[in-house]
Amino acid sequence: MTVRFPDDSVDGFPAPPRTATDRESRDIRYRQAKHEDRDALTAMYLDFDPEDRAQGIPPGDESGINEWLDVVMDEDALNTVARHDDSAVGHVMLVPDRDGASELAIFVLQGYQGAHIGTELVRTALGLAQREGLECIWLTVERWNRSAIALYEKIGFERTGDDSFELEMSLRLATPE
Amino acid sequence: MRLIVGVDASERAMAGLEEVVSRARQAGDAITVAVYDSSGSLAGAEATVRERLDTLDFDATVETLEDNPGSQLVELSESDGYDRIVLAGGQTSPLGKIQFDPVIEFVLLNAHTTVTLIR
Repeated sequence: MTVRFPDDSVDGFPAPPRTATDRESRDIRYRQAKHEDRDALTAMYLDFDPEDRAQGIPPGDESGINEWLDVVMDEDALNTVARHDDSAVGHVMLVPDRDGASELAIFVLQGYQGAHIGTELVRTALGLAQREGLECIWLTVERWNRSAIALYEKIGFERTGDDSFELEMSLRLATPE
Repeated sequence: MRLIVGVDASERAMAGLEEVVSRARQAGDAITVAVYDSSGSLAGAEATVRERLDTLDFDATVETLEDNPGSQLVELSESDGYDRIVLAGGQTSPLGKIQFDPVIEFVLLNAHTTVTLIR
């Protein structure tokens, strides 16, 4: 699939690592996810409510989760994790496509939703992407998922896809002069 | 049962076709494979499908759908009285999301025949 990107770029995203207090007064640490975060992420996805799956991911069982994490945590991909104490509570992945752009997805554990973590996590992942020199980011989201669409629009994503089951949105990151 | 199976030549679709064939062998289903193209060559897609059926050593009718394959598939299923439409195409995005192609979307929304979507 060929994705169209907006002409105007978006700037001002914070790079990891950073800490921010969520709406429930929890200190959430945002940082680039590396191999040592793998077990915590597997545990997070084992805890994941099937209701929050999007287009078939995350997979429902441990072997499926591990196979999928092998793909999204490949060395070409950029991963950002939100941690509360020792647990992973949110994860953003940026996985390169064949056209030099990257696909983004975010998952936040149920008990941590609605606390502004999703917004901070996506913004931090985009800060990391900017630092690593990425420019074109896209995602798909189910049409009925209005809260997610609103979150992406607030961050600066635009709707760029044609009509289908999923809505396609994309964003152009500002690059250094 | 008489099944009409809509496929393009993608790996997902070929894996799905293989699954349909192995069930058809057990259940004695008759299969028509309706081939549509997602990547530029309908003849190439048809050749891929015929080759796969040869490899599987399974006898099925092969039809090609040129324009508006979704609506043709729905029409064929009704006019020829198939019991079920089986779909096996679609793509997986770089990070593993399932993406339906427009043919699958059209058939799911418009078919009056029961549709099975292979995952």
